[in-house]
Amino acid sequence: MSLDRGAREKLVRALAASMIEHAEELTSLDQAIGDGDHGLNMKRGFEAVLATLPGLADKALPEMLKAIGMTLVMKVGGASGPLVGTFFMELGKALPEQPARTDLVAAADKAIDAVKMRGRSEAGQKTLLDVLVPVQAVFAGGGDAKAIAAEAAQAADRTTPMLATRGRASFLGERSIGHMDPGSRSASLLISAAIAALEFEATS
Amino acid sequence: MSNSSSGNVGIVIVSHSSKIAEGAADMVRQMVGNAVPLAWTGGDADGGLGTNVAGILEAIEAAWSSAGVAILVDLGGAETNSEMAVEMLAEDRRARVVVCNAPVVEGAVIAATESSGGSSLAAVKRSAEEFYA
Repeated sequence: MSLDRGAREKLVRALAASMIEHAEELTSLDQAIGDGDHGLNMKRGFEAVLATLPGLADKALPEMLKAIGMTLVMKVGGASGPLVGTFFMELGKALPEQPARTDLVAAADKAIDAVKMRGRSEAGQKTLLDVLVPVQAVFAGGGDAKAIAAEAAQAADRTTPMLATRGRASFLGERSIGHMDPGSRSASLLISAAIAALEFEATS
Repeated sequence: MSNSSSGNVGIVIVSHSSKIAEGAADMVRQMVGNAVPLAWTGGDADGGLGTNVAGILEAIEAAWSSAGVAILVDLGGAETNSEMAVEMLAEDRRARVVVCNAPVVEGAVIAATESSGGSSLAAVKRSAEEFYA
């Protein structure tokens, strides 16, 4: 996969647009089982990322991802800042400038491990890991863009009946059941946005 | 945010609410006095409820002591953001900052009391965490 400057900028704009467009939806999910600020937080974080364009897209892919992660850590507030920020930062650290698919798979593995360590969490606890882990399994198993995007959406849906045992929703115990995890939803949206932007790039 | 220089362990209070952080710091000041470097931070970057890494880094700087800094946090995001802030410190400082697993208000008061007697960072952390033992 070769990402030129235009593709990098398109990727950043697509990620930010997905969080800005879905801010209200994410916030209402978070009002059900969290503290009701997830959409606003992610929107603020990605608006801050957008504000660093066009310079951001001038950077090589690894540096760009690290810079996105750092901005999210600094601006998002709440636990999702360090969690999503860590994912981007570790992805950047692990990727070469012109990654092959195998590089992306390996880097995503490292980034997911870093998110697990940061949140001291595993899949199954109703967090963004419940999207990242199954999506990574499809990706590592050779799934195409469509299969990955589909898994992302389904994985977020699968958090609805889960009992939260980590994060703010865990305070609610049984009452966390029946609501989609907002962090899973935003992870799913970001994955879909990235795929759409990159696919478009590959075919245009 | 306030500061005083001493060889005692510094205390940083991190809450989602700047009012809670400030109020807890007030309590520490009144109950323990000025022998302990003390700083607080609360709220997200826009002043709403939440915590932010940049604010925590500033508070660590403000409460810095050669004996180290103990951080007291309220809810999950405060802990995660504080751990992130610690990892972003220069290497020589990183090992001298700890996040305590303790209630923020009681933990801050007992940690500051322990610190004011010249205790080590490990002893300050242990005292604060005895609330959960």
